[in-house]
Amino acid sequence: MKTLDLISSAASNTFRSKTRTILTVLAIFVGAFTLTITNGLGTGINRYIDDTVTSIGAEDVMTVTVTPDADSGFGGGSGPTEYDPAAVAGGGFGPGEGGTVVALTPDDLDTLATIDGVLDVEATKSISPDWVQYGDGTQYVTSIGGLVSGQTVQLAAGAAPATDASRLELNLPVSYVEPLGFADADAAIGETITIAITDAERTQHLVEATVVGVAEESIAAPGAGGLVVNAALTDSLYETQNIGIPTDQQERYAQASIRFDPSTSSEEITALKERLSNAGFTGTTVADQLGTVKTVIDAIVLVLNAFAVIALLAASFGIVNTLFMSVQERTREIGLMKAMGMGSGKVFGLFSLEAVFIGFLGSAIGVGIGMIVGTSISSLLSGAILADLPGLTLIAFDPLSISVIILVVMAIAFLAGTLPAARAARADPVESLRYE
Amino acid sequence: MNTPIIRVTDVHKSYGRGPNRFDALKGVTFDINEGESIAIIGKSGSGKSTLMHVLALLDAPTSGTVELEGVDTSTLKGKNLNRARNKTFGFVFQQFFLTANASVLENVMLPMKIAGIRRSERKLRALAALEQLEMVDKAKNKAINLSGGQKQRSVIARALVNNPRIIFADEPTGNLDTVTGAVVEDILFNLNREHGITLIVVTHDEELAARCDRRMYIRDGLLVTDTTEVAA
Repeated sequence: MKTLDLISSAASNTFRSKTRTILTVLAIFVGAFTLTITNGLGTGINRYIDDTVTSIGAEDVMTVTVTPDADSGFGGGSGPTEYDPAAVAGGGFGPGEGGTVVALTPDDLDTLATIDGVLDVEATKSISPDWVQYGDGTQYVTSIGGLVSGQTVQLAAGAAPATDASRLELNLPVSYVEPLGFADADAAIGETITIAITDAERTQHLVEATVVGVAEESIAAPGAGGLVVNAALTDSLYETQNIGIPTDQQERYAQASIRFDPSTSSEEITALKERLSNAGFTGTTVADQLGTVKTVIDAIVLVLNAFAVIALLAASFGIVNTLFMSVQERTREIGLMKAMGMGSGKVFGLFSLEAVFIGFLGSAIGVGIGMIVGTSISSLLSGAILADLPGLTLIAFDPLSISVIILVVMAIAFLAGTLPAARAARADPVESLRYE
Repeated sequence: MNTPIIRVTDVHKSYGRGPNRFDALKGVTFDINEGESIAIIGKSGSGKSTLMHVLALLDAPTSGTVELEGVDTSTLKGKNLNRARNKTFGFVFQQFFLTANASVLENVMLPMKIAGIRRSERKLRALAALEQLEMVDKAKNKAINLSGGQKQRSVIARALVNNPRIIFADEPTGNLDTVTGAVVEDILFNLNREHGITLIVVTHDEELAARCDRRMYIRDGLLVTDTTEVAA
């Protein structure tokens, strides 16, 4: 028997007992459907994270902090942490850690610049403004962040603050537009807003800056959802904030950004981190920070997938049952085919192909409906609960994982089919054709 | 005479072991020449079905040899054995063994499907065989909707499509009324006479047996009488 005939015979035999086949296909459908949804969830969320990393654009940037001593770190030991005069309050700026960190000194920055693979070092200036105000409107608490070179802002209106401009420029997040008193994002462009900042002598200063753009919000946007300012404004605010601090104490930074060659491979990045840690620093890339989130999501998706696989296993017993019944019913037909010279291998092939076909039907329908349902769920949610996370498609599908699901289900079906198929292959034609 | 198409030499066949051992055939020896029509006659349990299974290579003898056209069939294995069965034999059974929900055409095409013949040729040859049995108008009908005689004619068409050398007919008229049975008998003997196909009929029907050139009576696993008559 030719392979093509074998496949078409298997496919048409599947429909001989329609109700039984449909029920078995339904069982597989449930498993494949679940697997598609959970997998789509993982794909959707991870793709969003990847997009976010790309939108940050700073793939060649690493955040560097001084590695704390083992006994004075975060949860490094039990009991209170000893006071370290060199420690400064970190956080509030960019995706850095909160709490106390050991400060980076100008000497440290020089050391960093000499490390092999480091192209550029830039200290991150931590700025804590008191409030922000437009005209005589309400004052709002805010945070401030700068753009690391290579970062981009996803803009709702206007342009990103010009890095090299001497004018004091900033971007407002979308959520600030209305509270500050602007009609819409476009109305805010070109307006001047006031930022209040307190120096070391507890004197409050007011700094005025021009709004040049309105930024979309995302979980990893530059400026961490606060104002995004240009270098000139950063310097101006930082100087104001440091009034009254002794000169030798002024240049203390919680963290610094280093840039490396964008073409650096992940092995080389690991090596660079190694060199940094030998020098007493800790380097983290954006991908590292989001990698943790990804690992958690992957783990959750894995657990959900495990449930779907359990459903599939249950369904595979359905296949075993269906085919055993089919073999039982068709004993004579099998005997006849064997008497007519059909080899045991072909008989085995015929029945296991039937199992594979049932698996294919179940998984194709499951995946198809799963994709339709998943897509509509995620478009419904993105308009409602997830409206705050623009760009997030909760359930997304990529062709590779979809075809992997179908193949896996077909493989499971094949395995389930081997038992009944082996019984059919073993059937003795004489026994099968005996009169009853 | 030339080499007989089937030569059976001292064939024993037993089932089971020890005290449960049952000897179905206890040493049978005979030759079958090409173009003969032979009736194997015996009561149920006499071993006649076992003998047919051994002749049709569905079952291997416990001892002794079965030669098909001078070739010892115990040397045929796997593919060769399957090809020998597919090309040499056609089967007609009392209980038809048609696939109930498939069309007559598909049932008739089955042996060619197994042989791996192209679809277009399968259809052509199946229709030719049905034509021969005046069943072409029923080709699209489901096998389950046929009368007994039509079913048996479909089965004969199926047995014919691969141009077999030997047709085994196991109680071919057992499930048919006298008139239809007679028609089916005529078809079978016609094939034997006009196409030279060797016909081996297993039956306990003396009337059917009487129409064969040669009758072999089996009792308790032994060949008791073997009559060769000149065909009328």
